[in-house]
Amino acid sequence: PGSARRHDMLDGGDNYSETASDISEVSGSVISSPGDREDKTPGVEIRYPMGKELLQGQDNGQSDRLLIKGGRIINDDHSFYADLYLEDGIIKQIGENLIVPGGVKTIEANGRMVIPGGIDVNTYLQKPYQGMTAVDDFYQGTKAALAGGTTMIIDHVLPEPGSSLLTSFEKWHEAADTKSCCDYSLHVDITSWYDGIREELEILVQDKGVNSFQVYMAYKDLYQMSDSQLYEAFTFLKSLGAVILVHAENGDLIAQEQKRILEMGITGPEGHALSRPEELEAEAVFRAITIASRINCPVYITKVMSKSAADIIALARKKGPLVFGEPITASLGTDGTHYWSKNWAKAAAFVTSPPLSPDPTTPDHLNSLLACGDLQVTGSGHCPYSTAQKAVGKDNFTMIPEGVNGIEERMTVVWDKAVATGKMDESQFVAVTSTNAAKIFNLYPRKGRIAVGSDADVVIWDPDKVKTITAKSHKSAVEYNIFEGMECHGAPLVVISQGKIVFEDGNLHVNKGMGRFIPRKPFPEYLYQRIKIRNKVGGLQGVSRGMYDGPVYEIPATPKYATPAPSTKSSPAKNQPPPIRNLHQSNFSLSGAQIDDNNPRRTGHRIVAPPGGRSNITSLG
Amino acid sequence: SDQLLIKGGKIVNDDQSFYADVYVEDGLIKQIGEKLSVPDGTKTIDAYGQIVLPGGIDVHTRLQMPVMGMTSADDFYQGTKAALAGGTTMIIDHVCTDAGTSLLAAYEQWRGSADSQACCDYSLHVDVPRWHESLKEELEALVKDKGVNSFLVFMAYKDKLQCSDAQMYEIFCTIRDLGAIAQVHAENGDIIDEEQKRLLELGITGPEGHVLSRPEEVEAEAVYRAITIAKQANCPLYVTKVMSRGAADVLAQAKRKGTVVYGEPITASLGTDGSHYWSKNWAKAAAFVTSPPISPDPTTPDHLTSLLSCGDLQVTGSAHCTFTTAQKAVGKDNFTLIPEGTNGVEERMSIIWEKCVVPGKMDENDFVAVTSTNAAKIFNCYPRKGRVAVGSDADLVLWNPKATKIISAKTHHLNVEYNIFEGTECRGVPTVVISRGKVVLEDNTLSVTPGAGRFVPRKTFPDFVYKRIKARNRLAEVHGVPRGLYDGPVHEVIAATKAVAPAPASRIAPCAGKAQAPPVRNLHQSGFSLSGSQADDHIARRTAQKIIAPPGGRSNITSLS
Repeated sequence: PGSARRHDMLDGGDNYSETASDISEVSGSVISSPGDREDKTPGVEIRYPMGKELLQGQDNGQSDRLLIKGGRIINDDHSFYADLYLEDGIIKQIGENLIVPGGVKTIEANGRMVIPGGIDVNTYLQKPYQGMTAVDDFYQGTKAALAGGTTMIIDHVLPEPGSSLLTSFEKWHEAADTKSCCDYSLHVDITSWYDGIREELEILVQDKGVNSFQVYMAYKDLYQMSDSQLYEAFTFLKSLGAVILVHAENGDLIAQEQKRILEMGITGPEGHALSRPEELEAEAVFRAITIASRINCPVYITKVMSKSAADIIALARKKGPLVFGEPITASLGTDGTHYWSKNWAKAAAFVTSPPLSPDPTTPDHLNSLLACGDLQVTGSGHCPYSTAQKAVGKDNFTMIPEGVNGIEERMTVVWDKAVATGKMDESQFVAVTSTNAAKIFNLYPRKGRIAVGSDADVVIWDPDKVKTITAKSHKSAVEYNIFEGMECHGAPLVVISQGKIVFEDGNLHVNKGMGRFIPRKPFPEYLYQRIKIRNKVGGLQGVSRGMYDGPVYEIPATPKYATPAPSTKSSPAKNQPPPIRNLHQSNFSLSGAQIDDNNPRRTGHRIVAPPGGRSNITSLG
Repeated sequence: SDQLLIKGGKIVNDDQSFYADVYVEDGLIKQIGEKLSVPDGTKTIDAYGQIVLPGGIDVHTRLQMPVMGMTSADDFYQGTKAALAGGTTMIIDHVCTDAGTSLLAAYEQWRGSADSQACCDYSLHVDVPRWHESLKEELEALVKDKGVNSFLVFMAYKDKLQCSDAQMYEIFCTIRDLGAIAQVHAENGDIIDEEQKRLLELGITGPEGHVLSRPEEVEAEAVYRAITIAKQANCPLYVTKVMSRGAADVLAQAKRKGTVVYGEPITASLGTDGSHYWSKNWAKAAAFVTSPPISPDPTTPDHLTSLLSCGDLQVTGSAHCTFTTAQKAVGKDNFTLIPEGTNGVEERMSIIWEKCVVPGKMDENDFVAVTSTNAAKIFNCYPRKGRVAVGSDADLVLWNPKATKIISAKTHHLNVEYNIFEGTECRGVPTVVISRGKVVLEDNTLSVTPGAGRFVPRKTFPDFVYKRIKARNRLAEVHGVPRGLYDGPVHEVIAATKAVAPAPASRIAPCAGKAQAPPVRNLHQSGFSLSGSQADDHIARRTAQKIIAPPGGRSNITSLS
C-alpha cells in the first residue's frame, strides 16, 4: 500500500519529467508486479525514447543511458527520494530535476525502493568434486544471481591440493570471463600450504586483484591445515593486507565421527549432520579467532551455520578481535531437519558443510544477530549438484558432493526473514546484502552504494511482492530447491547491471560474458585501519635486566629430553601434503645439542653461591 | 601411641559442622560423638576453639619430576613434608614420562621412589605422552591392576608431549570405556610454538617472554577444544591448572550446558598474579614460570576464587614442581629453557582460607569441599578420604582460624630459595596435623618418617562422575532413517579422479598427527591413495545414467515433488 508521501511524489512527477524534454509519451510496456494488485501502488513503468534512439535501442532493449525517476534511494546510512541518471555503466547524477541528454530511457519507479545491487560474497560456481562440477556454471549461476537482485558475486577458486594457486586462478578467471553475466571477483582458497606459495600469494595480491583467501580447518588429509600452518598463513596474509576467510569445522573430530557413524550402519544424509554437530563448528570458530587475535589480523568466518558458532563470533567481537561472520541463505532461511527426510534426493539436496543446523530456531537467531550487527554479511555458498551427482554418495554420506542453492533466493530470504519481521530496516538490509561486503572486500564505494561515480548496479525492490520459491521457476539448473514452497515477501522488480536493464517483469536480458572481473586492492581500510593502529600500540618489549650471573645448574651431557619447542621449524604437522616430503626431516634431536650451544656458557656452579657473595640481581631479598 | 582422642573441636565436613569428639585407632576414625569411652593411655588432643577438618588432598603435584636431565628440587620426602606442614595429608602425583617409554615402567619407577620417601598417603595420575594403539593395553593394565584411574593428556609442548585432536578423541574414548578420568593440560601448543619463535626473534629472552608467548586466550581456546572433544566422546573431562579468567569462564559456560567437566585452579593462580614476570630480578621472575602461566591480570585470583566458591570450579591443587634458582638459570638466555613449575603444596590450604573464607566468599564447609571432599569424590577415594566419619582414614587437621602466619622462604619446608607467595599474610593455620592416625605436626614441630605414606589405589567408574556418563551413553544412540534404496540416476564418476577419496578412507591416520612418535612407524602407511579406487568400490554400482530420467518414470523415492 502506498503512503501519502508516495502519492505526493507521483503527483509531482509530471512537473519534473518535463526536464527530460524528449520524452513525449509513454510507449514502453507497463511492468507491474503480479496482476492481482491493481488497486495498490502502481508498478514500475519503463518508457522508451522515440525517434532514432528507439530504433537503435530497441534491438536489445538496452541503452547506455537510463533515468530512474521518482524512486526512494536506500543506502546503508540513510534513504531519500531522488532521481538517478546512469550513463556508461556509472551513476552520473543523483537529485531532482536532473538535466539529462535526449533519448534517455526512463524508468518510473513510482516511489519504490532503489537499492544498490546485492553482492553475494560466497559462491562456488565451478567447484570440482571427483571429476564433476556443480550444475550451475558461471553463466547459469550469475543469471540466477541477477534474477534475485544480486549484481556481483565473489566466487571461490578451489585449487586441487598440490596444484598451483596461480594456474587455478587463471582457469577460474577465464571461465568466468567467458560466461559470467554480472560483475565478479574471486577469492582464492588455500588448499595446501606448500613451498613457493608465498610468492604466488604475493603475485595474486599485487598483480591479480585478489585480496581474500580462504583456509580450511576441516577436510582432514585433504584441505585441512594444522594450527601451526594457520598461524603461518595468517601471519603472511596479514602482511599482504588480505582478508582471511576461514572454513571453520574441526576436521579431526569429523573424521572420527564419520568413521563411527558409518560403522553404526548409518549411510544416509542424516549421517552428514550427525557427524558434524554444531559444537565442532563452534570449536573451530573459537580456535580461528584465538589464532587471529594472537596475530592481530582480521578474520572472516564463511558459512556461519549454527547458533553456537554465531554466538562465539558475537562474544569475540565484544572482546575486541576483528571478526566477521557470514551466514548464508540456507542457514538464514531453512534448517537441517530435512536431513531426516524419507526422500533420499531431498535430504541429499541439503548436504553442505558446515551442515544446516537441525535446531529449527537457528534461522531466527542468525537473523537477529545479523540485524544487530554481530554478523555482517550474507553469502549463499551457492554450489548445487544435481540429484544424479548427489547420488554418488547414495551408499555413503561422506561421498555426497556438498553444496546447496541460494544465490537467487538470498536477497528475498533476508528481506522476508529480517525486514518483513521487523528485525532490521531497509538501510540495514542494504548493509548486510551489499554495503558491508563491499567495505570488507575493498570494493566500496564503487559497489555497495548509490552515489555519483559508483557502478550502475541498481535494483528496484518491491517490498510487497510475494513470491513462492520453487524449483519449477528458479533459474538454477538443479532439480531441487532447498527453499521449495517458501513464500517470501520482497523481490526485485528491475535489476540493472552495469547500467543495463538485465531483469524486468520476470524476464532476463543477459549475454554470456558481459560480467567483468573486478580487481580488489589489499589493505581494505574497513579492516586494516584498526589493525595498523593496534600494531603500533601493541608492540612487545622485554624487561631490561642486568646479566644473570648466579649459579647455573649443569645439565648432564645426554639429557633425556629433546631440545624444546623453539627449535622446531614450521612443522610437517597434521595434514601432510601429498608429496610426502619432510617426514624424516625434523629438528627433533636426541643428541645433547642445545639451542644455545653457540653462546659460550659459564661453567655451571652447582647451587654453591659464587665466591664474593651474590650480586644484587640474583639476591633473594 | 596408636590411640588418639580429639576433644572439644568443631567437626567440619563438606555438608555440615557439629561439635563432637573424635577417637582414632590404628589409623582409622573409630568413634565420633560425645563422652566417648576410650581405652586408657589414649593421647588426648585439646581442640577447643579450633575446627577439625578432613586432611587436605592436593590433587596435583610433580615431586621428583625429571626435566631436561634435572629433577625438581622437592622430592617425595621434602614435598610431602611440606604438604603435611600445610595441612595436606594426601597428594596425587603425576607420573610423567618421555614419549616412547613404557607407562607401566614409569609407574613402577614413581612407586619405587614414593614408597620409600613419601611421608603422607599418595596416589598417582599417569600422563599419556603421544598416543599409539599399544598404549591401550598399558592403560588397561594400569586401571585394572595398578589402582590408577586418571590420565593426563597434553595439548601443549609441541613435538614432545602434544596430542592431536584425533589422538585426544581416541584417548578419551579409551578412557571412557575404562571408566577413568581424562585430564588435560590445556594450552594450544601450535600457537605457543609460533609465539615463542616470534618473541625470541624480537630479542625477548627473559621470563616475561614466557607469559607473552602463552597468553590466556591460548589457554581458553584449548579448554574449549578439549571440552568439545570430550563431549563428542562422552568422556568426563578434568582440566588441570586453570590459570586465567578466560579458561575458567569457558569451563563455567560448558558446565551450564551440561557437560561433565571439572576445573582445578592451583595455589598459584588463586594466590598471586603474573605481574612478577616483569620483575627486574631475574631469579624472582623465573620462579613464577609455570605453564599455563600465572595471568598478568591482577583481578584473576579474585575471579577464580569466586568461581571456586560458587561451584563452577571444584577442586584445588598446587602443581607443586619446584626448581632452584640455579636450575631455573638453565634458561637465563632463553625463556623457553626455564624449567617450569612453582611451589604451592604447603601454602594451598592457607591461601584458600585467606582468599575465600576470610572475605566471606565461602564457608568452612565449602572450604572442606574444595580442598578435600570433591577431590576424593572425583578420584574415587571417598569416603575413605575427604570426610570425618567413622571408618574413614584418620587424616585430620586441627585448624585455627584465628592464628596468622606470613609465608616466607625463610620458614617454608621447601628446597628452593624463592617462594612465590613471599610476604603473603594468611589468617587460618593448621595447628595439629594427623596423618594415618599419627600426629605429624604439633606445636610447630614436624615429626615425619620417610616411607610412612602408603599408596592409595583408586577404583574405576567413580559414581560422582560416571553416573551421568552412563545414563548419557544409553541415551546417545543415534539411528539412521530407514529409506528405500535410492534407484534414480547416478552421475558417473570419472575413473581417474584427481580428487582424493574424502575423509573416511583415511583411517584415523595413526599419528600422522602433529606429534610423530619417535619410532618412525606408520608414516608411509596411510589410507591416502592416489589411485582411482574409492571407499565403496566393493559395492556393486549401477551403471550410471547421466541425469537422464530412467525409462518408466521416476520411482517415488526420488520424486522431486
